[in-house]
Amino acid sequence: MSELDAFRTEVREWLEANCPAEMREPIRDEDDICWGGRNFKFKNDAQKLWLDACVAKGYTVPDWPKPYGGAGLTPEQTKIFKQEMKRIHARSPLDSFGIWMLGPALLKFGTEEQKVHYLNPIARGEIRWCQGYSEPGSGSDLVSLQTFGEDKGDHWVVNGSKIWTSYADKADWIFCLVRTDKANKYQGITFMLFDMESKGVTTKPILLISGNSPFCETFFDDVEVPKTQFIGEINRGWDVAKYLLGHEREMISGGGAGGDMVSIGGAFAKAFGKNAAGELDDPILRAEMAAFDVDVFAYRAMGERFMDMWKTGRAHPASSNMMKYVGTELNKRRHELVMSGGGSEALEWDSEETKGGARARGWLRTKANSIEGGTSEVMLNVIAKRILDLPGA
Amino acid sequence: MPLYHNDDQAMLKDSVAPFVAEQAPVSHLRQLRDSADATGFSRDLWAQFTEMGLPGMLVPEAHGGLGMGHMEAGIVLEEIGRNLTPSPFLSTGVGAVAALAHAGGTQAGRWLPAIASGEAIVALAIDEGPKHRPDRIATTATRAGNGFRLDGKKSFVLHGHVADMSIVAAKTDGGITLFAVPKDAKGVTADPRRLVDSSLASHVTLDGVEVDADAVIGEVDAGGEILDALLAATRTGAAAEMVGVGQGAMDMTVNYLKERKQFGKLIGEFQGLQHRAAHLYGEMEVARATVMKAQQLLDEGSEGAKLMVSVAKAKAGRAANLAVREGVQMHGGIGMTDEYDIGLYMKRDRALAEYMGDVHYHIDQVARMNGY
Repeated sequence: MSELDAFRTEVREWLEANCPAEMREPIRDEDDICWGGRNFKFKNDAQKLWLDACVAKGYTVPDWPKPYGGAGLTPEQTKIFKQEMKRIHARSPLDSFGIWMLGPALLKFGTEEQKVHYLNPIARGEIRWCQGYSEPGSGSDLVSLQTFGEDKGDHWVVNGSKIWTSYADKADWIFCLVRTDKANKYQGITFMLFDMESKGVTTKPILLISGNSPFCETFFDDVEVPKTQFIGEINRGWDVAKYLLGHEREMISGGGAGGDMVSIGGAFAKAFGKNAAGELDDPILRAEMAAFDVDVFAYRAMGERFMDMWKTGRAHPASSNMMKYVGTELNKRRHELVMSGGGSEALEWDSEETKGGARARGWLRTKANSIEGGTSEVMLNVIAKRILDLPGA
Repeated sequence: MPLYHNDDQAMLKDSVAPFVAEQAPVSHLRQLRDSADATGFSRDLWAQFTEMGLPGMLVPEAHGGLGMGHMEAGIVLEEIGRNLTPSPFLSTGVGAVAALAHAGGTQAGRWLPAIASGEAIVALAIDEGPKHRPDRIATTATRAGNGFRLDGKKSFVLHGHVADMSIVAAKTDGGITLFAVPKDAKGVTADPRRLVDSSLASHVTLDGVEVDADAVIGEVDAGGEILDALLAATRTGAAAEMVGVGQGAMDMTVNYLKERKQFGKLIGEFQGLQHRAAHLYGEMEVARATVMKAQQLLDEGSEGAKLMVSVAKAKAGRAANLAVREGVQMHGGIGMTDEYDIGLYMKRDRALAEYMGDVHYHIDQVARMNGY
């Protein structure tokens, strides 16, 4: 047996012994997701047990080094770990912007002291982070951001506002792009970290077309940030931001972007019924769903190839933009079909039978997929410029 | 196995790509077309293929081949696609070999070494009408004397008029049986038609063709599984060739966007074209990954291969079709001329897309395999 096979066996046995049955059920509601943080309330004992077990092994962040709270797995081991998690339908023990976004930035740009200080609480689910990037006047053109940190010697005084800060009202700390040099567009931004309980920070949830409010407006009114709380170099936060945006697209590419990667037609045949030939009893919808399934299975292969290449340095550095574009457009299409398949029932907004209009709300939510983290149009611009090398792009 | 070419495969590509580009670029196709070549491919080029061992890539080593897999064959097919090279590689070196190697027995012993040595060209006589419907084969094989009598009509038989042997799928009492029908069998007529891409495909008439019992490939009535192996290999191969056609068309088009000026600008500066080119890039990348996945699953003998083969044929079909359509459109007027190559890509893509099941056929198959 190879070392990797042995590792697979070890993971399989550990999961069998440690992943509670409730944590192998599909995610049904937002509160099935463990976000961690100072104020997080566990839904049940199983959720807490599962988190604690993973924290003890470093499995909340399996590929991070051990001194920072991870398990120090190699890319091959991480792939096996994920396969084994998926095999038993295990829920993620901990989801957070700390794991997905800040962690990778710290691992690349942080000092040793910062890594130890910030990464361990993330891995343990003790501190929940949010991301302060977009501003009301700076969406796709992010680098035009205006939130300003005035230098006061040993600290900055930050004024301005951010928008689309996911779960800002629930987060403990924020990583935030702040202008520290008004004369220099790209080299005048600092990547700051500060506590959301700092004086002068307020948040206001934004009601979306889905009826939910996962995003906030976040306001900074003379917020004092010690001049030790930044990553990388002062005025070079754009480098960190760019890296993180690439990482965000990579992360979306690696899993989330295509949505649920299973056959849509197979699921709907049960609800619709089939004709005598055993076909979904709506030929045009059947055809659309089948064409969609082809694209889903194709994208799944693309995801596998992308990750294999990305982790071994073979992928074009901008290819995560392509993954994000293709995957998010695909997920929007899925939800259009989910609505068509659901008919008038899927239109219900708050009935118990539809779990509070889950389909309608989910459909509307996906419209943001191709806007957040860089719009589809920006993705296409990046592909044209950096991959196809088209002129003037 | 990671989903990218390993070092050996990368080396294979490094030797095959320049070879095909130098020996059989698009001008080679034009030369055959303009001289009204009656064979459908260059035998000199096939001899060169043989020197490199290509016809026998998939032939097991015990039969004189290289014993490679679909991933390797796909590398060759992509280059054939990129250069629009007329070649019997797909039908002979991929489809026929897959069937014979799967079946084993007398016919495998007879034909696999001949394919590997470049002596034998093999055609695939599967389709019977304008659309690919392998589940509705009407050609019959009835027992007669020491063997069988074949009756029926086959169509879209590439290289059928020059093949040393044709693999004929026919209905027998208890199922489908595949036959190795030699070139000189009495009662076989191959009527070659020039297709839109200048290839030659025959209408083959089987009129009381008598073959010996040992002409059966595998076992009588058990040809369904062998036919599946043939179809899976050929479809995956056609998909790989389409990735080559699509990539060739896309590369040409992207280069054109960087050269052509209108309104005082390179047309590649216009966002209307940039976004379409970028979208096409994504589709081609996804198609490539999908075809590789199908090749990998076939090589592993995985149960999931059948689904992925249909996904690959459909996805590569869609992506390459987009590539050639965008190619002609973005080239503008010059794209409509015979002199310029982009139109040839569009023609070749159309023929490959139809071969062994078009996009719609395979989308339908995907639905069926998923229970709807």
